[in-house]
Amino acid sequence: MSPDDPMLPVAYRVEKVSKETRDTFTLVTRRVDRAPRHAFEPGQFSMLYVCAVGELPISISGDTADKQNLTYTVRSVGQVTNQLVSLGVGDTLGVRGPFGAPWPVEEARGKDLVIVAGGIGLAPLRPVLYHVLRRREEYGRLVLLYGARSPQDQLYRKELTHWSQAPETRVLTTVDYGGVNWHGHVGVVTTMFRYVRLRPERTMAMVCGPEIMMRFVARELETRGVERSQIRVSMERNMKCGCGFCGHCQYGPDFICKDGPVFPYDRIQSRLEAYEI
Amino acid sequence: MESLERIIAEQPFVEGLESYYLQLLVGCAKNVVFEAGHTVFREGEEAHEFYLLRHGKVAIEIHAPQRPPIVVETLADGDVLGWSWLIPPHHWRFTARAVTQVRAIALDGKCLRTKCEANHDLGYELLKRFADIMSRRVDAARYQVIDVYGTGVKK
Repeated sequence: MSPDDPMLPVAYRVEKVSKETRDTFTLVTRRVDRAPRHAFEPGQFSMLYVCAVGELPISISGDTADKQNLTYTVRSVGQVTNQLVSLGVGDTLGVRGPFGAPWPVEEARGKDLVIVAGGIGLAPLRPVLYHVLRRREEYGRLVLLYGARSPQDQLYRKELTHWSQAPETRVLTTVDYGGVNWHGHVGVVTTMFRYVRLRPERTMAMVCGPEIMMRFVARELETRGVERSQIRVSMERNMKCGCGFCGHCQYGPDFICKDGPVFPYDRIQSRLEAYEI
Repeated sequence: MESLERIIAEQPFVEGLESYYLQLLVGCAKNVVFEAGHTVFREGEEAHEFYLLRHGKVAIEIHAPQRPPIVVETLADGDVLGWSWLIPPHHWRFTARAVTQVRAIALDGKCLRTKCEANHDLGYELLKRFADIMSRRVDAARYQVIDVYGTGVKK
């Protein structure tokens, strides 16, 4: 992962594999050459290359404080991700990056932080949670609203419980479909806002999930008085180069890989509502 | 009764409601407690009341033969449970079951309907509040059926 050649993958070895859900796995990887891993900021992604199969952008879901490993949470939805989740300890993969604009954790310092995640969208936000919880006194109230399809589809279940015990922190989870034995909330993630009292004038929101979900969440935040400029969303498009050369991820005047994936909502709000972008 | 008024006044549903209207509501209200597992109301039954949930969780369910009930939504502290009392033929469309112990204020629908007919300002005020709740729940239901977290991949 030479900074001089962002197109050249570096070999990483899988050190650990954790099954999160029936189709989602977390891979902890380390450089094969034992050199220090490359620095990343919360919200950035890598291009992961499976030899002879293909390459995909995957957000880094690990802790920036872990100086040895790069961690990725991958949901199996296609050819490359199927191969990625099939990797075992000792297998190698190619890593390029990290790329992209991160979550503004420094700008959020001193503010209340509302993190809204849907499905696999919790993965790119997990580094933010690690960052904030390690510096808890430097931030205001922390609220995590997490929606998943079903109880079995929730990521990082043990960590969700752990995070909810942090001071001045609320973690509310909900599922779209809950069985009769599920005693948690049922309903889309936007419905969780009615259980939290925001201080909109001092709130920054970070939102990641399916695009439709982010649109609804951003509107809900606006309804509750949070300024558009204080809402960040993480976008996703097909990517090839990861560094703004190829144009595959063009999104209006921006490239998701280079100018995003994290965008201020006020910059892309009109595009989020457009039909053909 | 003063205590009940204070409790009702703390509910988000009545936020900003004039004291005179609040008094009218209090006249139709009582405290109720449901234990976990208790059926608060059942689909098809006459809808006599609605509830302001003070504490606890309620599941809104649809029952179908030969399969477990489907929970379509849960409601909790500060939420309003039930609007069928307001809309003819005043029968519950879903079943509500207490997931945990629930403490709530029950408001007598017949009593309130009579007061709303006699005082249209009260009726309009309540209708606006219920319309807001209904609109939000319809939005949420539409969003829920999209299945946004699905992969779109046929397996």
